[in-house]
Amino acid sequence: MKQVNIKVALVGNPNAGKSTLFNDLTGLRQKTGNFPGVTVEKKSGTFRINAEEVSNVTLVDLPGTYSIYPKSKDETVVMDILANPKHPDFPDVVIVVADASNLQRNLLLFTEISDLGIPSVLALNMLDVAASMNLTVNAVQLAMQLNVPVVRINARTGEGVNNLKEAVRQVARSSNKRAMQYFYEPKGHEMELIEEVKGLYQLDNDYVALQYVCQHDNFSFLEQPVRAKLDTLIEKYGFDENNFLAEETVARYEKIKPIVSKAVKSEGASERPFWTRKLDSILLHQVWGYVIFALVLLLVFQAIFAWATFFSDWLDATAAQGIEWVKVTLPEGVLNDLITDGILAGIAGIIVFIPQIAILFALVSILEESGYMARVMVIMDKLMRRFGLNGRSVVPLISGVACAVPAIMTTRSISSRYERLLTILVTPLMSCSARLPIYTILIALIVPANEMVGIFSMQGLILFGLYFLGLVGALASAWLLSLFIPRKEPSYFMLEMPSYKLPRWRHVGFAMYESVKSFVLEAGKVIMAISIILWVLASYGPGDNMDVAEQQTIAAMPNASQEQIEAAVASIRLETSYAGEFGHFIEPVIKPLGYDWKIGIALLASFAAREVFVGTMATIYSISGDSEDVPTVKQRLVQERNPDTGGQMFTPAVCYSLLMFYVFAMMCMSTIAVVYRETHGWKWPLIQLAYLTVLAYVSAFAAYQLLS
Amino acid sequence: MSARTVSHLRKGEKGIIKSFNNRAMSLKLLEMGCLPGCEVRLDAIAPFGDPICINVGGCYSLSLRLNEASVIELE
Repeated sequence: MKQVNIKVALVGNPNAGKSTLFNDLTGLRQKTGNFPGVTVEKKSGTFRINAEEVSNVTLVDLPGTYSIYPKSKDETVVMDILANPKHPDFPDVVIVVADASNLQRNLLLFTEISDLGIPSVLALNMLDVAASMNLTVNAVQLAMQLNVPVVRINARTGEGVNNLKEAVRQVARSSNKRAMQYFYEPKGHEMELIEEVKGLYQLDNDYVALQYVCQHDNFSFLEQPVRAKLDTLIEKYGFDENNFLAEETVARYEKIKPIVSKAVKSEGASERPFWTRKLDSILLHQVWGYVIFALVLLLVFQAIFAWATFFSDWLDATAAQGIEWVKVTLPEGVLNDLITDGILAGIAGIIVFIPQIAILFALVSILEESGYMARVMVIMDKLMRRFGLNGRSVVPLISGVACAVPAIMTTRSISSRYERLLTILVTPLMSCSARLPIYTILIALIVPANEMVGIFSMQGLILFGLYFLGLVGALASAWLLSLFIPRKEPSYFMLEMPSYKLPRWRHVGFAMYESVKSFVLEAGKVIMAISIILWVLASYGPGDNMDVAEQQTIAAMPNASQEQIEAAVASIRLETSYAGEFGHFIEPVIKPLGYDWKIGIALLASFAAREVFVGTMATIYSISGDSEDVPTVKQRLVQERNPDTGGQMFTPAVCYSLLMFYVFAMMCMSTIAVVYRETHGWKWPLIQLAYLTVLAYVSAFAAYQLLS
Repeated sequence: MSARTVSHLRKGEKGIIKSFNNRAMSLKLLEMGCLPGCEVRLDAIAPFGDPICINVGGCYSLSLRLNEASVIELE
């Protein structure tokens, strides 16, 4: 059997069902990454078409767009690939997904793609929505008029997907190129310009040549001299881009109108589903809109605590048992200590949070899936504008609750550079899921689990308060920053409102699976590395300091029991180790915040990533504590004594101070890296790091001083 | 007297798109399916009066700010 490898790209309007189709086709054989050379997130996956020869298809999901002329940073990638046959993702076939209930607008993009000369297949989606509006679409009629295969699909049920695969296979196989038939033909003097560009750059497609003229500044594959040359050509022919684009669009619609009226039959009144309008009147209401939004958010945080606790407790206990087992099973010695006290203790501190992260990502994706997120953007737009942001900034801010890294990547849908920058700068203030472990443990230390306020648990409310504090911090910083950064371009807000849908559970499942996987792997890697380094630093010290201190301690405790001596020795050894020295070194800086040198070690280690904090605490305290059995992190923290006062180390004042610190501090290498990538330089990530560190320090200081 | 635009519509009121008074914005609106001759209806107004949601040609719902809506002139 012959094997053929083909590349396919998926394009379509936002809300046309592109991502659902992508999931239908590729299932779990998908991965996310970046397009080479650009920072836009790339979703790709593979599927097979079994016929007489087996086709292995690589499918790339391109950002949703209304036309090939980009309006936001995200959309520039579409043409950067489709106009460049040398691009590694340049497709053999393009699948254009069209919303059948809004065919006229969706065909605009299709005719543009078709004019680029890449073989394409039209996937007609949402026929059920069209039917509910009394529209019937004749796919055969459409295929004849457009001269491409048209496949009826239902991305939500997976119907028609096999026919689509077959159509892709046939289009990919038909090697003899059909004669190019343009939907849009430019007029006389534009033709001369096109001919000159075609000659200069060896292009055989008129429309691609035209795109060189219109979009060369967006094309990463064109060198500076080429761009300059195209500029002089534009000058020479007196080409007015703005006028031209409007003319082209109108001309395309002129051509599309008769096609649509032939292929689409309308019986009676066509209107969007009644309940979508009904829901909008409530969810966009002056008062109810905000009340419901607040309730939704509160519910999310209650869910994180209430639903996740059961699983978390179980995982916590299981992890502790597992480590116990390893400790007993492995032969005693340095290696045993490294594995159990170092690596496993660190990782166990993190595994516990999988349920919370899974629930959080699931809820955020349900909000997105159901169409509610678009309404939130609308009701928040005017408010956000006051802070220099945009209704679209709401999505990064809410996603920031899961993780700042993908959240910052979603800012690319904001078309204004200025609003995008402000959003990037303040998104890390939203409490991400990496902060959850820290919040959870510290809240559990200061608030008993059974304390209730009405129907809400006190712990859930405090957690909500911390998230709220992050949001307030984000908005206030945006406003402050907007006073210093000059705005250069006007701000836009134009958004298609999707109709409400039931979330596709498979899709939600993917989101959960992906987030948990990347959390465990990414955090796991960092934690393992830091745990090993920490364990070494905590187990060894400069010269023979550790041994000397040990002798002195034993000598000073002649009447103590064996157990007391062991605990005291472990503790003094840690204090005189490299890690201890380090902790003591920074103690003057963190003392005003109420922290001792042990917390200092954890604080420093967590500069790499916040989730390391809990893992580090686990490592530090399992090294310093008696190692008879393996208690959970929380138990260790409760047992910890303050050497100066003899009381509990983690008093409410210290816990609140730490909470404040972690609400504001930008302790995440990945976020710094992603801001560097998105803003193309070190200026903004450094400014961000500086202002957030100051903010964190000052608020932690205030919290400790006020409460102690 | 300046022309009547979408920003003048009251809730539930309909109008027919005639033209646009801003070139840069008109392309965006065209691409999103607001064509001259198309019927629009004001469906919802966000809290604080801005943005608004309009139904375009009976087939989909678009939300936009008031100053963007004032670009769309009505017959």
